[in-house]
Amino acid sequence: MSTRLITALLASIPLAASAQSQLNLTQGVTEISQRVYDLHMTIFYICCVIGVIVFGAMFVSMILHRKSKGHKPATFHENVKVEILWTAIPFLILVGMAIPATKTLFAMEDTSEAEVTVLVTGSQWKWHYKYFDSDVEYYSLLATRQDQINNRLDKGENYLLEVDRPLVIPTDTKVRFLVTSDDVIHSWWVPDFAVKKDANPGFINEAWTKVDEPGIYRGQCAELCGKDHGFMPVVVIAKEPAEYEAWINEQEAIAKAEKEEEQRLLSMSMSKDELMELGERVYLGSCAACHQPSGEGIPGVFPSLKGTNMVMNDKAGHINIVVNGKSGTAMQAFGNQLSLRELAAVITYERNAWGNDTGDLIQAADVNEFLNK
Amino acid sequence: MSTVAGEMDHHDHHHHAPSGITRWLFTTNHKDIGSMYLWFSFIMFLVGGSMAMVIRAELFQPGLQLVEPHFFNQMTTVHGLIMVFGAVMPAFTGLANWMVPMMIGAPDMALPRMNNWSFWILPFAFAILLGSLFMEGGGPAFGWTFYAPLSTTYSSDSTALFVFSVHIMGISSIMGAINVIVTIMNMRAPGMTYMKMPLFVWTWFITAFLLIAVMPVLAGAVTMVLTDKYFGTSFFDAAGGGDPVLFQHIFWFFGHPEVYIMILPSFGIISAIIPAFSRKKLFGYSSMVYATAAIAGLSFIVWAHHMFTTGMPVAAEIFFMYATMLISVPTGVKVFNWVATMWRGSITFETPMLFALAFVILFTIGGFSGLMLAITPVDFQYHDTYFVVAHFHYVLVTGAIFSIMAAAYYWLPKWTGHMYNETLAKWHFWTSLISVNVLFFPMHFAGLAGMPRRIPDYSLQFADINQIVSIGGFAFGLSQLIFLAVVIKCVRGGEKAPAKPWEGAEGLEWTVPSPAPYHTFETPPEVK
Repeated sequence: MSTRLITALLASIPLAASAQSQLNLTQGVTEISQRVYDLHMTIFYICCVIGVIVFGAMFVSMILHRKSKGHKPATFHENVKVEILWTAIPFLILVGMAIPATKTLFAMEDTSEAEVTVLVTGSQWKWHYKYFDSDVEYYSLLATRQDQINNRLDKGENYLLEVDRPLVIPTDTKVRFLVTSDDVIHSWWVPDFAVKKDANPGFINEAWTKVDEPGIYRGQCAELCGKDHGFMPVVVIAKEPAEYEAWINEQEAIAKAEKEEEQRLLSMSMSKDELMELGERVYLGSCAACHQPSGEGIPGVFPSLKGTNMVMNDKAGHINIVVNGKSGTAMQAFGNQLSLRELAAVITYERNAWGNDTGDLIQAADVNEFLNK
Repeated sequence: MSTVAGEMDHHDHHHHAPSGITRWLFTTNHKDIGSMYLWFSFIMFLVGGSMAMVIRAELFQPGLQLVEPHFFNQMTTVHGLIMVFGAVMPAFTGLANWMVPMMIGAPDMALPRMNNWSFWILPFAFAILLGSLFMEGGGPAFGWTFYAPLSTTYSSDSTALFVFSVHIMGISSIMGAINVIVTIMNMRAPGMTYMKMPLFVWTWFITAFLLIAVMPVLAGAVTMVLTDKYFGTSFFDAAGGGDPVLFQHIFWFFGHPEVYIMILPSFGIISAIIPAFSRKKLFGYSSMVYATAAIAGLSFIVWAHHMFTTGMPVAAEIFFMYATMLISVPTGVKVFNWVATMWRGSITFETPMLFALAFVILFTIGGFSGLMLAITPVDFQYHDTYFVVAHFHYVLVTGAIFSIMAAAYYWLPKWTGHMYNETLAKWHFWTSLISVNVLFFPMHFAGLAGMPRRIPDYSLQFADINQIVSIGGFAFGLSQLIFLAVVIKCVRGGEKAPAKPWEGAEGLEWTVPSPAPYHTFETPPEVK
């Protein structure tokens, strides 16, 4: 038993050594993250020194003062001076640790004078980013394919740490994050910025960063938020300020064009094939996490859409719940998450997939009626 | 158990000890109830452990292989609940039942019928909790900390069962605590002043006050979850004027003293075992008592260090950081006192001593990571990562559970009248020691490198660490079966144990024969 264990352990050592896995806290790419790293190392070294002294004394005692060596026990059992000493010395060490920690903490909590502000909203299980100073907002979803998670495809380099639309921020600029949530508590975390802030529903938290290096920085949701907690990564791209400006202007233009397109769509109809094809894509991206790819949901947790009354008979109710959500449940309002086209397509898909076959075609105009209710 | 002989000299005319199952159902004897608590806790340890095995098997490789994320969350949740409320706490109550009366020279616990009841409601509590896993929608999946609104609006219907089972566990704990306090305050033998009580009695005395203080807070928290979910209240719902962070304040006001509830009795056990096998009196007895009281007092003003990322005002963060750092002072005093006890002693390394020594070193490592976690700016990086998982498993597994193992080996001869098999016990120790470190030590690195806790799947850079951790986990799980074998062998037979099997042991429990008679100290001993 133990030889097998040792063999297994030995076998795993070269494995660990060969992989380029990081074993320590990141130093990150901001002044704050560097200070946090330095604090971490300082405290770690202090603990190591204390450990060496205490465990050293223990081992000396275990080696020298054993009965098998004929060591006779001493009789001392108290000493007030020693007790005072080993109360006072640790206390002084703590004071020494508390001073730099307090300074860093004050710096981290000072969100004043930010130049760019982004509202970060968590919802099961994606992040939404809204830029305060420009008309740009979007959802950021996990981009790793389900087939990779289920081991049917090889996993990519950034497995579970990739999203469809990363957050983009400028470098050398103080960026303030306002963090909140639509449903349960999430936590927005980017290790390279040393920023981790809980997203509490109904409340707004503040954090900030000032990134030195352009690059792609990856993090994850850090607070258990339900079934797919492990599948809502954070990806932030830091660009040079000029590039960032160009990007945000482009995004604004795209957003404007999309809105105009939406209005035009209201008077058009899409064919069933078009609706079903787009609908399936949207369904797998936004709905399947709960209602499952089979439409059957998870009994007792997420309702089935297969052959159920609302999907088969209640067209208005169906559009309404998709657009406006159902309060007090995990069903979100998708009206502000998806375009009219996508909403129409996904509702059509749900009403015709998995043998539902109602034959109903929902168009953008049908959805629009419910959007402003 | 061979307790019949002791019963014979007991002249109790209206009482005839029942046999078979009714003996255990109706018993009011502290030794019987202590044994039941200990067996119950060991069974729960295996049940909670097998859930940990499911978790580690799923995490063996990246990708989803064995279980769905929703079931994975149920496993982490119920594993935590079972280990805290089903394994560690009942084990300590079992030890208190067995040892506190014998250590203070009392004939039994002060409230024997309540003692019976506080044990027998426990199996029902855990039957309800485990049964909820089979409901439609599954059991609790919101973590053992059941943060609202994940546990209210967004939880499955089994939440009601979770709430009721926690209520029952709480009632059981409170009754157990009342019993310990009443026994210690009223039933000490003549001459057994407070400052002569063994440290195990002292630490349990303080623990019992913590239990009475905080279990009602937990009951309040679960009740608010219940009414938020089913009766339309909004304690934790901002839409109704509540606050989800309020839940965390209430939970951790219970939760932090709870952490010390699970470690203070360990301090008592270690303070009995290290002097016994060093053949030298405990160094700094009174400072040990004061340090325990100081830790207990501080435990009420540090709760929000679990919540640094929730967005507290900076003044609150500073307060909770300083208060938390302070705890390392009395805890350090304890460790220094144990080392000073060993210093220039005459040490032998029987299994209880081995577990006690491992406790001192590994618990201290858990203390170091605890100190690191106290530093708020760095905690922002550590919070909710595997670094935290490593930290609390070091204090709970190599801390609390190792001390329980040490206690079991130390007092098994007194309980059963037989010596346990030392070779097998040493196998148990060494396999546990190695595997537990393979299991938990690499978790520090996973956390520092950025792996969040409570995730069923992870990115590829964590693959190697998780594989090593899982191997350690399986090995640690298997090692505990050796313990089961040692205990069963020891109950069934073995070398006859003398009244005092350990040369350096001190205390009233060693003045009665082994096995301890069914009734001990009917005439109180005189303590000088």
